[in-house]
Order: sequence, then C-alpha cells, then structure tokens
Amino acid sequence: MHFGPHLLLAALEGLVTSAVLALTALGLSLVFGVMRVVNVAHGEFFMLGAVLAWAISTAISGHPALGFLAALVIAPLIVGAIALVAERLVLRRLNYNPEATIVATIGMLYIIQQLALTFYGPEARPVEPPFSYRILLPWFGYSGYKLSIIAASALLLIVTWLVLTRTRIGLIMRATQYDSETAQAFGIPVDRVYGGVFALGAMLAAIAAVLIVPISQAHYLMGQDPLLLSFIVVIIGGLGSLRGTVVAAVLIGLSDGIISMFFSPTLAKIIATLLVAMVLVFRPQGLFGTASR
Amino acid sequence: MIETGKAEAKKTDALRIAGLDCFYGEVQVLYGLDLVLYKGEVLCLFGRNGAGKTTTLKAIMGLVPSSAGSIKLAGQELTGLPAHEVPKAGVAYVPQGRRLFAEMTVAENIEIGLMARGKGKAVRENVLDLFPLLRQRLKQRSGTLSGGEQQMLAMARALCLEPQVLLLDEPTEGLMPSMIAKIRETVSKLREMHVSTILVEQRVDAVLSVADRVSFIENGRNRETVDVEELRADPSAVRRYVGVG
Ligand SMILES: Nc1ncnc2c1ncn2[C@@H]1O[C@H](COP(=O)(O)OP(=O)(O)OP(=O)(O)O)[C@@H](O)[C@H]1O
Ligand SMILES: [Mg+2]
Repeated sequence: MHFGPHLLLAALEGLVTSAVLALTALGLSLVFGVMRVVNVAHGEFFMLGAVLAWAISTAISGHPALGFLAALVIAPLIVGAIALVAERLVLRRLNYNPEATIVATIGMLYIIQQLALTFYGPEARPVEPPFSYRILLPWFGYSGYKLSIIAASALLLIVTWLVLTRTRIGLIMRATQYDSETAQAFGIPVDRVYGGVFALGAMLAAIAAVLIVPISQAHYLMGQDPLLLSFIVVIIGGLGSLRGTVVAAVLIGLSDGIISMFFSPTLAKIIATLLVAMVLVFRPQGLFGTASR
Repeated sequence: MIETGKAEAKKTDALRIAGLDCFYGEVQVLYGLDLVLYKGEVLCLFGRNGAGKTTTLKAIMGLVPSSAGSIKLAGQELTGLPAHEVPKAGVAYVPQGRRLFAEMTVAENIEIGLMARGKGKAVRENVLDLFPLLRQRLKQRSGTLSGGEQQMLAMARALCLEPQVLLLDEPTEGLMPSMIAKIRETVSKLREMHVSTILVEQRVDAVLSVADRVSFIENGRNRETVDVEELRADPSAVRRYVGVG
C-alpha cells in the first residue's frame, strides 16, 4: 500500500478509537463538571457495558443484529441503574466530598471488577457484530461496522449537546454545575440532578463499550485503558467542556491511530502523556475549559 | 420590640423567625434570632460585617441548616424543608454578590427563575418591563454584563418567581450612585406591588429612604427592631443601635 491509503486507513482506525473515547470521556467529564466527583470507577461501568452486552447477545438467539440491538438498549440501562444505586448508597452519604469520593470510587472499581470476575470469569469473549458488510474503497476494504461506530458516536454526541444547550434538563444540569447552592435557591433538586448525572455518565461509558465490543472483546479488566485515556482527554479538553472533550478525543484517537501504525503504539502513549503534562503546565484549565472561578 | 398598638393590629406576618440557632460546622453564627416581616413592608437588616445577616437569609432559604427555632412563611414552617422546596413556597432570593449563572445568557438566567415556580411568558414580560435594559441583552452572556446590569438581572431572576417574600442581600454593594438610585427605585416599586421584602443594606441613607422598619443584627441576634420614622427623626440613633461610638 502507498503512503496515502495507508494514512487513510490509520486515520479511520484512529477515528473509531476517537468515537468510543469521546463518549466515554464525556461521561467522566459530565460527572466531574456537574458533581465535582472524580469517578475512578468510570472504566468499570465501561467494562460492565461490554460484559452485559456479551451476556445479553448470547442469551438472544437468531440474527446477531437482534442480540446486539438488545444489548445496545438494555446494557446501558442496567449500568445506569447500578450507577444510580452506587450514587445513592455511597456518594450521597459522603456528601460528594471531593477527596472522600475518590477513595470511595476506587473501592467501587475493585468491587465491580471482582464481581465481574466472579460471575463472568477471566475469559475474553467476543460479541458478534450486528452486520459484517465491508465497504470497498479503491485501495482496501473497510469494515462497515467500524464506520457505523463513528456515525453512532457522532449522533449521540450531537444529541447530548442539544440536550445540554437546548432543553430544560440541560439548563438544570448547567445551573447545578455552575453554582449548586444558587440552583437550589431556584427550586432545583440538586441531589436528584446528581443522581441523574452519575447514571448518565455511566450509561455513556456503557454505550461506548457496547459499540466497541464487537471489534474487541469483553474482559473483566478492560476498563483500565478507557479510564486512563478518558482522564487524558478530559484534562486536555478541559473539564466539563463538551467541545473540548470531543476535540481532545479526536486528537488523541487520531494521533494514536496514526502514530501506532507508522511508528509504535508505545510512542503514541508517550506522546499523549507528554501532551497532558504540557497542558497541565501551560494551560491547567484545559484547551477549552474556562479558568476556575 | 417597639410597636404602636394601633398599627400592630392591622399587620399580618409574611415571615416570622423565632429562636433561630445556626451553625457552620462547630461554629455558632445565629443565637436565638427573632425576626418578623410584615406583609407588604420593606424590612432592613442592618449590622456590621460578619453579624450574621447573610446567614439569616441563607437559613430562610434552607441553605444553612438550623439546629433550633422556627421560620414560618405565612404560617407554613420552612425549617426542615429541603432547600429546593423553599422557593416553591414563595420565597425568592437575591444573593450577596449576585451569583448569576455567569456562563449562561440573560434569557437563560431568567428562564431558571421562571422554572422555579412554573411561571410563563406573562410573568417574564412583566419582569422585563421592570428592567427594560435587560430586554436588549437577552442573548448576552450574563457574566459580561456590567455590575449594575448584573444586579438587575439577579433581581429579575428572583422576581420571576412572583414571590410573596423577597430576600435582597446588599443589592447596591459596589455599584455607582446612579445604579444605586435605580435599585432603590425598584425596591420602592416592589413595595407598591405588595412584595414583602427583607433588605440587607449597609448604607444608612439607603436604609432611611427605602425601609419601613430596621432590624439591627449584632453577633447573630436581633438586637432591636425600630420604625424607620424614629431613625429619620434622629439619624444618630442608628449609630447607637449598632453600637458604634
Ligand atoms: N461558609 C461559612 N463557613 C464558616 N463560617 C462562615 C461561613 N459563612 C459565614 N461564616 C461566618 O459566619 C459569620 C456571619 O457571616 P455572614 O456572612 O452571615 O455575615 P454578614 O452579616 O452577612 O456580613 P457581611 O456584611 O460582611 O456580608 C461570620 O463570622 C462568618 O465568618
Ligand atoms: Mg453578608
């Protein structure tokens, strides 16, 4: 293959990574932005999404698309419910204290991981993609499913953006994010908003996982990389900034895809980490974040 | 309290606070505070920095917990309500320092005020009529408004609740004289509209021109409540009540 097509392939692979990463990081960013909670267990909600997707799709017989669609709807709902319970039982009782919730979510990480190991086991298991159509480009064929991941992610990001900026729910979430005390003085039930946002953040991670699991595999330790990469994206993009999250995810995903293909995956990680260090030094609020008030 | 018997007979409570104790953590800030706001009046809270004026308003809003005492809104007990229920009961709050949602537009800040008690277009129009300046700036990010405009927006946002009781915490703090006059004018207008108002104010001239009664807050207690007439007759009394000189 020549350089041009090679680059295109790398870019496409990078965009698939970006798409999944953007959704996952957006969940982390929303939770931190609105609740000021650093959710260290975020990657485990991602893992749960994938593991549940496997369980649901194997339970449903017939065309793989049926099982996949069921997983795409049901897995995020279950993960959202689990997150809501965790929020009520743990975070709320800690009064959302920033330090205490870090420790608590570390605990949640291990509990969820061990539960997955106990009930799902240590194997990596595949989920069949809903369709296996290949799009033939002049230079190579490319998975139609991978392209549909990019489209689905873009659609979800746009919907999230519309909800945040154009709807009443979005207005309530933003008011809570900017000033929770004043929000309460205007009738906003802040603790219910927190519960909803935490569940929503976990659901975004779960959806991302269901989308990616047909081209990777479900495994009980698969939550670690998405967590790390989400933190990188959120730091570069600026906490609580949707635009920053998307831009940073595309940046990280693309550079990861391209550098991995032409040089090595390790170099890609080194560069991403360096980028984080530079952002932290020169622009601690992130590329798109607003300086702290 | 100093009241004339005749006037007392006609007055009904908008808000009555009795024996209120408030703590920030271990530190007690309000000590058995008593305060009465009558319907349709402007009651000024006057006192030194740190006396507990803001804390009193926050306690009414349920934003700081009270450990003893009662706060009754026209008979309805407010202590024990979750904070987000207090505005729904009819109390609106203009916090010290305005506390606008700075990243949001003027229109969005107003929308949040309207949402609190499910008010619609008609209320929005009335409020914007009170502050015509805001009408031209609906799309502007509220953080970029001038100080005076921000204060107007903070008041507009609160008035969108059509409250029975309005709490204003130092609305003229840091504003130019022309803006102060405008805010004062608005407070007088609100009195004509029979909104009962608690106004925290540090400037004696402002107190004398807009208040009906003044409560002198000192170390978390209401030291004295007096008719403003009495202070107008003898402005030096203010100093005496505050314990300066
Ligand atoms: N969040 C808080 N945590 C701890 N102490 C507080 C807090 N807020 C206020 N205080 C203390 O409570 C006391 C009363 O404060 P408050 O803000 O009610 O005073 P104030 O009368 O409004 O003063 P000012 O005129 O400066 O606005 C002060 O001693 C203050 O230091
Ligand atoms: Mg104050």
